[in-house]
Amino acid sequence: MTELRSLASARYLSREECEALAKRALAFVTAADAARINITSGSRGNTRFAVNQVSTGGDNFDTAVTVTAYSGRRSASSTTNQLDDAALRQAVQMAERLARLAPEDQEFMPELDPQQYEAGRAWSEATASLDPMGRAEAVRAITAPATQAGLVSTGYLDARAGASAVANTKGLFAYSRATATSLTTTVRTPDGSGSGWAGASHHDWTRIDPAALGARAAEKARASRNPAAVEPGRYTVVFEPTAVGNLVQFISFALNARAADEGRSFFSKAGGGNKLGMKVVDERVTLVSDPFDPEIAGAPFTGEGLPTRRSVWIENGVVKNLNYDRYWAQKKGVSPTASGGSLRMSGGSTSIEEMIASTSRGLLVTRFWYLRPVDQRTILYTGLTRDGTFLIENGKITRAVKNLRFNDSPVFMLNNLEALGTPVRVSASEDGGPGQAVMVPPLKVRDFNFTSLSDAV
Amino acid sequence: MGSTRREFVRNSSVAAAALAGLAAVPAAARAAVLGAESSPTFGDADLKELAGVALDAARTAGATYADVRFNHNRTQSLFTREQRVQAIVDNETQGFGIRALVNGAWGFAASRDVTRDEVARVARQAALQARANSVTVVRPIVLAPVTATPNGTWRSNIEIDPFAVAVEDKVGVLLAANAAALKAGARFVNSSMFFLREEKTFASTDGSFITQTIYRTQPAMTCTAVSTDGGDFQTRQSNEIAPMGLGYEHVRDAKLVENAPRWAAEAVQKLTAKPVEVGRYDLVLHPSHLWLTIHESVAHPTELDRALGYEANYAGTSFVAPPAEVLGKLRFGSPLMNIRGDRSQPGSLSAVGWDDEGVKPESFDIIRNGLFVDYQTTREQAPYLADYYRKSGRPVRSHGCSYGQTWADMQFQRMPNVSLLPGAKEQSWDDLIAATDRGIAIIGDGSFSIDQQRYNAQFGGQLFYEIKGGKIAGMLKDVAYQMRTPEFWGSLDMIGGQKSYHLGGAFNDAKGQPSQVNAVSHGCVPSRFRNVNVINTGRKA
Repeated sequence: MTELRSLASARYLSREECEALAKRALAFVTAADAARINITSGSRGNTRFAVNQVSTGGDNFDTAVTVTAYSGRRSASSTTNQLDDAALRQAVQMAERLARLAPEDQEFMPELDPQQYEAGRAWSEATASLDPMGRAEAVRAITAPATQAGLVSTGYLDARAGASAVANTKGLFAYSRATATSLTTTVRTPDGSGSGWAGASHHDWTRIDPAALGARAAEKARASRNPAAVEPGRYTVVFEPTAVGNLVQFISFALNARAADEGRSFFSKAGGGNKLGMKVVDERVTLVSDPFDPEIAGAPFTGEGLPTRRSVWIENGVVKNLNYDRYWAQKKGVSPTASGGSLRMSGGSTSIEEMIASTSRGLLVTRFWYLRPVDQRTILYTGLTRDGTFLIENGKITRAVKNLRFNDSPVFMLNNLEALGTPVRVSASEDGGPGQAVMVPPLKVRDFNFTSLSDAV
Repeated sequence: MGSTRREFVRNSSVAAAALAGLAAVPAAARAAVLGAESSPTFGDADLKELAGVALDAARTAGATYADVRFNHNRTQSLFTREQRVQAIVDNETQGFGIRALVNGAWGFAASRDVTRDEVARVARQAALQARANSVTVVRPIVLAPVTATPNGTWRSNIEIDPFAVAVEDKVGVLLAANAAALKAGARFVNSSMFFLREEKTFASTDGSFITQTIYRTQPAMTCTAVSTDGGDFQTRQSNEIAPMGLGYEHVRDAKLVENAPRWAAEAVQKLTAKPVEVGRYDLVLHPSHLWLTIHESVAHPTELDRALGYEANYAGTSFVAPPAEVLGKLRFGSPLMNIRGDRSQPGSLSAVGWDDEGVKPESFDIIRNGLFVDYQTTREQAPYLADYYRKSGRPVRSHGCSYGQTWADMQFQRMPNVSLLPGAKEQSWDDLIAATDRGIAIIGDGSFSIDQQRYNAQFGGQLFYEIKGGKIAGMLKDVAYQMRTPEFWGSLDMIGGQKSYHLGGAFNDAKGQPSQVNAVSHGCVPSRFRNVNVINTGRKA
């Protein structure tokens, strides 16, 4: 199997290769006044399993070069994944041609001068070297115990290793490598009456424990059998960290400063302006993006080559920052945001067990599914609980309950806080891929609004 | 949500984007095609030879079956807001993916580097990965028979190649539409166009060699109105203009400039619309809305892989299961309900000559007079239904529902066009409203969410009108309906005729892990559903 290992080892372009490729592409720039090259390169491997066996897998390798060309205040982009001179020249010429045809951009921002970058922290050799055999081994750590227990396991392991680079005609160059991985599993009882989920995501594969995830999902599957119906309505809810991550990340997607200033966002202030400086959630809540936090590490630069840095969005419940692109930042006289895209929420010291113990009647939610925006004015979403929803009575989990649909907002939820636990890294994306790096605590929240029951298990 | 999420990522992290780029980034970002001014395509001779290299290498490495797909995609996207072009993006990607079956297990590997050595290397990689995967095999994969197509060609039937239309003309249409919307009262306008050309060559060890060229086009617009006191904003999306498997003629026929003032006026009107009173209403659903309800509550639960548990970890399972207990037995909806799968409707997004495992798709009934009769299948899935097909005197064949979004992704079961057939009586949208005493008429799709077995769903829309005594009584807002699928379809009691048939659809239906997008159309007619639960989604911030 040495051949397999060598065939499947992660491929991506090195700093020198990216520099050479960018230089080669920029050399074809003739008509444009300025140009930028963005390069992404990398390998991605995945293994899927269903009904206790590997169902499919995939390994792929790609490199793409995007040329953005400027003609005065006009610009356009062209992308190719063919790296020979003819293809690069053609991509440059296409961008140049489209740029000349574009109208003048009133919001034109010139390319950046060379910048200084901190080294990225999102690289793990263990992730980069995870091959199909290693993946199959990890999967067996879930499927074998499930088979033995008479349960049905399904799941997905995704591992990526890649590099990205930015270069422009002003001499800017940035390069960074990153890895990402996630493993999620859904374990069901053979009669379909119980379903449990567990998942983890990190840039470092060694931080994921397949057997532990399988055991957790199996335990939830058994415990969730034969769920009872409860009346929809407002409940005190203990949210496991994944469920918190599912919802709280929507606040980060609503942080656009321009939309707020234009009056079409939750962060718009009635009568004009935005909610900077206003208290919008419980004072125990702080939301931060930090590309250099090793638990939620992100890239050291943006696609334009701007160095990323820590951004505090909400501090002690008060809006401290919104997301400003370079144009809007200039217009408003502030620095552009370059946050790295990850999210960490402050926590507290209450354990999930203590949250349950202090609840006379409530629900415990493992995770959410099919979350969709309903009303941007309030960041109101709808979605359903899934794979482990339980009734809490008199301080104890008493039984499994049917899944419920909610219509509520993470903003309302963070105003109704009862208790917070220790933040942990979660797999918050619905599709089980690595997604946004999210680290959040478990929460106990009052008055969460469930609007209907679902028969789905 | 899509755009805000995109903005957050764009302004924050390029590496996240780089890693996402390797993922199932939809056509808009990655896929593409080949125009007159584009690079040379794969020549037929080359591809036949390379396909031979791939299939031989896979067989030598132990594959009992293998197939290879070469893709060369070109996309072009234009985004504008108000008087400004935000981005013009031209994207071209090519590469190949090889699927190999070894010891009853699949392996798949793919690369952008379309050379003889790389094709052979990737074929071995796919076979070796299959061998690693086969260690866990419980039920070996068996493929239903297929008729080999040694020299197939197919092409979307388009009038105007979108890549041959000048960019300044496209920009001109978008900016003129924006100006018309602003003049009609919109505070903000976003508009866009998206074009795809996909060249796809498929070859298999069964002896097929098939080349297809597929086009897709979508013009779109969103008008936003803001109240004078800044306390409310409302949007109106041009969702009646569906994405289609057509060329630039679809943009021409969409008449953005002519329609923009109406969309803008409707956004403004929504600001002062009456908030809906919660309760039960009869719903008259326009085809521009109903297609999405069909997609979520009918098309997804009748995918066989879901019913068998293969998608349990993400997309979910299905209430239409287990197959032996529901095929020919499950009453899905009212007798007016006839649902058909096809990949042939002209201009539809799923139309192809052959699917991604070389099967020529045929139209097939999924629900007949309200009774569930068949699933959507691929070659590895059809054998699961062998008993049922034998009993009903039908061959065990795939319905041709295999699809992989790009060369980098393994093909699997994706829905074809799944459509509600018109009723026998020729009646229209207006006829349905006239026959309704107390109800709500809904136009255009909006927010949507459904559980992982496709029982409990909630749908919003673009425009809502109160129906009183057979007449439109005024506009409503903050409307969403909640439903349980079998009861909802059981309450269908009026259905439009052939003349009111309309194709809706989506470019980005997500399924699978890694998540892949599929483009699919859903034909339907105006339909009435009785006594549906309506909620009010408006809340105070």
